[in-house]
Amino acid sequence: MESAISACHRSSSFRQRLATWWVILRVALEERLVYRGDFALGTLMRFLPIITQIFLWRAVFDAVQTSGRADVAGYRFEDVVAYYLLTMVARAFSSMPGLASGIAASIRNGEVKKFIIQPVDMLGFLLLSRIAHKLAYYSVAVGPFALVFFLCRGFFLDGWPSWPVLAVFCASLVLGFFLGYFIEACIGLIGFWFLEVSSLLFVYMLLNFFLSGHMFPLDMLPGAARQWVDWLPFKYLAYFPAAVFLNKLAFPQMLRGLAIEVAWLVAFVLLSRLAWNRGLRRYSAFGG
Amino acid sequence: MAIIEVRGLTKHYRVYQKPEGLWAALRGLFHRRYVEVQAVRGIDLDVEEGEFVAFLGPNGAGKTTTLKLLSGVIYPTSGSARVMGYVPWKRDNAYRRQFALVMGQKNQLWWDLPAIESFRLHQQIYAIAPEEFRRNCDELTELLGVRDLLYQPVRELSLGERMKMELTAALLHSPRVLFLDEPTIGLDVVAQHNIQQFLRHYQEHRRITILLTSHYMKDVAALCRRVVIIARGQIQYDGSLAGIIDRFSKHKIVTLQFCEGQVVDRLERFGQVLQVQQPKARLRVARQEVPRTLASILATYAVQDVAVEDPPLEEVIAELFHRVNSDQQAPDSAGQKVEVETVEAGRRRD
Repeated sequence: MESAISACHRSSSFRQRLATWWVILRVALEERLVYRGDFALGTLMRFLPIITQIFLWRAVFDAVQTSGRADVAGYRFEDVVAYYLLTMVARAFSSMPGLASGIAASIRNGEVKKFIIQPVDMLGFLLLSRIAHKLAYYSVAVGPFALVFFLCRGFFLDGWPSWPVLAVFCASLVLGFFLGYFIEACIGLIGFWFLEVSSLLFVYMLLNFFLSGHMFPLDMLPGAARQWVDWLPFKYLAYFPAAVFLNKLAFPQMLRGLAIEVAWLVAFVLLSRLAWNRGLRRYSAFGG
Repeated sequence: MAIIEVRGLTKHYRVYQKPEGLWAALRGLFHRRYVEVQAVRGIDLDVEEGEFVAFLGPNGAGKTTTLKLLSGVIYPTSGSARVMGYVPWKRDNAYRRQFALVMGQKNQLWWDLPAIESFRLHQQIYAIAPEEFRRNCDELTELLGVRDLLYQPVRELSLGERMKMELTAALLHSPRVLFLDEPTIGLDVVAQHNIQQFLRHYQEHRRITILLTSHYMKDVAALCRRVVIIARGQIQYDGSLAGIIDRFSKHKIVTLQFCEGQVVDRLERFGQVLQVQQPKARLRVARQEVPRTLASILATYAVQDVAVEDPPLEEVIAELFHRVNSDQQAPDSAGQKVEVETVEAGRRRD
């Protein structure tokens, strides 16, 4: 009897929590949609660099082909362009514009107090806001993305991947979102110790740019470097989903990749919790 | 049992002194000078349920630090506090659901959305039943006269309207204890008055406990029977507003109306001359001197009318703050700031 009551209570508090999540999501979504015109244009603009990329890699491959080779590290010219387009999809999930700097700013200007005074968890709240932010973005960006992929369909020489590969691709995108969120949240929370995190963030962006495979496919790295980068979390933010889609990985490799990604995700979730608790203790001791 | 019980509450914190100049800034990377600020120094306070208490004090007196301690934002260096039986800095959800803090200079509403959306969010965060939410929202927005503005983006509201929305948001969950830090700062007279009226009505009606800090004496005079004056991190006075004058004012204001044709000169021998406008004059006279001074004035001049009044409250309080502050600067007074020199900047970080 008692356990039934407590189970019932638990389920009602869970329902309550779901309702809270839903309202946070909805309100954040509405807030983002205020700016829909702005990011419709922004999305299209984001594809402009693809044109320079096409010219750049065309020149690279022309030079390579005069030496008698048809590919670089297993990538044909078309593959590189397809890879580049796919990393843009991956980064549409994993990039978190303004998250770390926003957290640091709220610590600096005291807005973080809101989350101390009100019975709501900041990391959960910001995560939901970010999901809403992304959903709002996709609802508008899906048009430009579809258009660009349609125009560039010729670069996908092997066509669509199989369903299982597609499933892994989708899973890697979603995991990439969470990983990106918790990495940046950790950087933002460093703001409890150093008021300004912008230079740290700059270093992170730089590392991210190279090590995530955003600049070139990681397969092009020399052997030893490649092995190191394979164990780092960065590649899941851009390279991994694209490589999965392009059939660069055998099935066991894909699953191993997903497992490492989950491990990194768990690590960053725990780290962000720790940073929040420690940071708050420090904040509370030093003025606030 | 008092709803707020504070014993020996103390908060010190260290502030890094940023030196001037590039060379000094570089040296600052290794040698850091910290100044320890004793923001709150041993406060004892009991507030009964349903009281409306004002905290007065000059800037930097420790008012806001005290409110931050009581709302659990910061930990004390020593001492204890209980609010509704909870230790604030433990931040129990049960505690957080029963109080609210409104800061006049910070806003917590979503800028680009209508206020109603922020309110719905509060409904969820504070687990307010739909029925209660609707009733409170209606009542509060009605009383504050902002019902028609619920669906307008917050960024389009005036400062006063926004503050009213902030108050509504803070009271939706019917807190038993409310902390208000400068709620009328920067508002025009009308908006200030509206908010005062609202707070008085709401507090009388709901019997909630309110601690208010404000620089506007009008807020305090209109709302609070009990006033706590904090300066230099300590309570200097705790009592009624009227009692402040008895306790701290050393002067009375004497207004004299002279008879037609009376030559008025050398008034300064009787006290500080505030204003002479024949046939009227106003003097500031030390309180214990008043009877003697009046007798001599009446013996010297032909006086038609005399009035002896207390100086305005604002003046008394300004004088009190000034006195406390100048004590602080005197070299022999007990130092509020203690300098701490440290060699290893790195170690100081935790």
